[in-house]
Amino acid sequence: MKFKLNLSSIFSQLLLLFFVILWITPTFGLLISSFRDKDQLAISGWWTSLIYTEVSEIHRTKGKNEQSKENEVYFIRGNLFKEDKGKKILSFGVTSKNINAYMVGEKAVLKDKSEIVVFENGDYEWRSENEFKKKKGRRIFITAKSPPSFTLDNYKEVLFEAGLGQAFLNTIAVALPATLIPLIICSFFAYSLTWMNFFGRDILLATIIASLVVPLQMSLIPILTIYNDLGALFNIEAKSFPGIWMAHTGFGLASTTFLLWNFMKSLPNEMLEAAKVDGASHYDTFVRIVIPLSIPAFASIFILQFLWVWNDLLVGLVFLDKHPSEIILTAKLKELLGSYGENWEILTTGAFISMTVPLFIFFSLQRFFIRGLVAGSVKG
Amino acid sequence: MSFFSLISTVIVGVLFFIIYFGFSNFILDLVCKFKSNSVALENSVRAIIFIAPAFLVLFMFILYPVFETVRLSFYDKFGREFVGWNNYLWALNDPNFRRSILNNLGWLLIVPTLSTFFGLVIANLTDKIWWGTIAKSIIFMPMAISFVGAGVIWKFIYDYRGTGDQQIGLLNAIVVSLGMEPQAWLTISIWNNLFLMAIMIWIQTGLALVIFSAALRGIPNETLEAARIDGASEFRIFWSIIIPFLERTILVIWTIITILVLKVFDIIYAMTNGEWQTEVLANLMYDWMFRGGGDSGRGSVLAFCIMIGVIPILVWNLYRHRQEQKNEI
Repeated sequence: MKFKLNLSSIFSQLLLLFFVILWITPTFGLLISSFRDKDQLAISGWWTSLIYTEVSEIHRTKGKNEQSKENEVYFIRGNLFKEDKGKKILSFGVTSKNINAYMVGEKAVLKDKSEIVVFENGDYEWRSENEFKKKKGRRIFITAKSPPSFTLDNYKEVLFEAGLGQAFLNTIAVALPATLIPLIICSFFAYSLTWMNFFGRDILLATIIASLVVPLQMSLIPILTIYNDLGALFNIEAKSFPGIWMAHTGFGLASTTFLLWNFMKSLPNEMLEAAKVDGASHYDTFVRIVIPLSIPAFASIFILQFLWVWNDLLVGLVFLDKHPSEIILTAKLKELLGSYGENWEILTTGAFISMTVPLFIFFSLQRFFIRGLVAGSVKG
Repeated sequence: MSFFSLISTVIVGVLFFIIYFGFSNFILDLVCKFKSNSVALENSVRAIIFIAPAFLVLFMFILYPVFETVRLSFYDKFGREFVGWNNYLWALNDPNFRRSILNNLGWLLIVPTLSTFFGLVIANLTDKIWWGTIAKSIIFMPMAISFVGAGVIWKFIYDYRGTGDQQIGLLNAIVVSLGMEPQAWLTISIWNNLFLMAIMIWIQTGLALVIFSAALRGIPNETLEAARIDGASEFRIFWSIIIPFLERTILVIWTIITILVLKVFDIIYAMTNGEWQTEVLANLMYDWMFRGGGDSGRGSVLAFCIMIGVIPILVWNLYRHRQEQKNEI
């Protein structure tokens, strides 16, 4: 590609860069936040986590049991940090009134004439002429520079304790059949609309085109009523996985059929005529010729419908119960949003988990996804 | 439900349909082997086998409900007694309904316009720049994310802490660093609608972008070259050649996003649940479906209002389809 270095090209590049940054920043912030320590997440912006941040902490030295005696002088030595996270101490203090009283390495003289020195890596030395008497150690206030630190704790918590793991499985159990069933029945339907002659074909086609844009809100109340009646009649749960599969099949039927019909009518007529002459039935023609040729179209439609079902909230709310064995990811996430309003470590992590599958599909199968969309996705 | 029972339910559900088609066609083949005299009968039975499941689903989940919803909008909350126009009169006098209509109109005006505009501008930029494909992927990515997920992402951006506290929401952090007061963005009535729309624009620009990119490749290079040789500026080329060429595409994208916006639910439900004057039709309808045991009459009126919005698009689509059918013959 030609690389022209002129003013208008530089301007275009900067403008595009601006858009890209604007578009990626929200998601990037979420991703970073989901890996942050939850205490830090609550008090500082995610952008600060990429560089060293200053933190103030309280630690305690060891008590009298740990003291040692060298040349008539008593020492307590140790490290303030329980684990090494790469923090570097800048200053420290011995009273809460003045937490930055001493620079690192400086000698702090206490009331009882003992002296404390704290070093950058957290090592300290407490020196006294008299024996240490207190069982508990002394509180030390430090101000330290903390390196970027990331953790998987949030993921553990959200997946296993907040119940998102189960919701993830539930969503798969909803999304796979709700994608495959329409694909199966619509491919037969689209085939008959394309290659079979029967009474009312044009009307049926027009109905499909009209149904493309009918909002699914028009269907919710009557279908919910039917499900409730059926549930009462047969004494079964009105809200169930098969129920939501069929609902999704219904809402995806028009677009799936339309896209497949659009694709199938572009297949070469001669090939199908030849099969007919050879005595193949419509079923044979469909299975042996049309299906293999339609694989790319199937892939696009599969991705579109799968993502649609995976990301859906409304249908899941209406046709599934909210108890843990049925709730889907998006509904669970909304629930967390209500009950954990300010617990951003749970929300950001939960949101990112719900995005993993769509993003994986997006990045691995982007071509099919775009092809499907461009082929004219209009969904009711 | 355990992992294995989930898997087996899924497999049984899908297999059911495969077996239906395989088995019924197998039976038909078998019957025809012995009675091979009537091809016409075979073909019509085959057509019924092919069409029946899809048609039943279409009938039960789209056709019947559409008429049933219209009928229910004239009945009481249990769908038992005819109440005439009462539900519609209730809607006209309900402040929440009026608010929803206004908000929906705002959404309809702003979101498709800005998404299409950004999509068009970015498509043109990416077309000329060597790292354009990567840029396109990034801007398109929100399309893969659920509205609720996007809601969490943006709620985090709009997060508000009191004055003096460390702001963890990006927007307030920027505002504070510019020396202004932090704001609880989602509670500022009227303006908060714009902050919610931003989410939808953030998502839908990607759709507009990829469709425009595909369409831009269809513009013949000779036309553009000829214009450049004649000394037309890039801006002039954009207005006089590219825009007219994309007219049809612009219309298609506009309608797709318009339909989506009419039904907007998840974003509102997850972010504000209609509070602070952000109510929209779809959220109000969901509310009435379940509030106090549910009111099917009022819910149906609200659904029908959304339907009215798509009717012009529906008619236009049918008209276009008829034109295409005519052209093919």
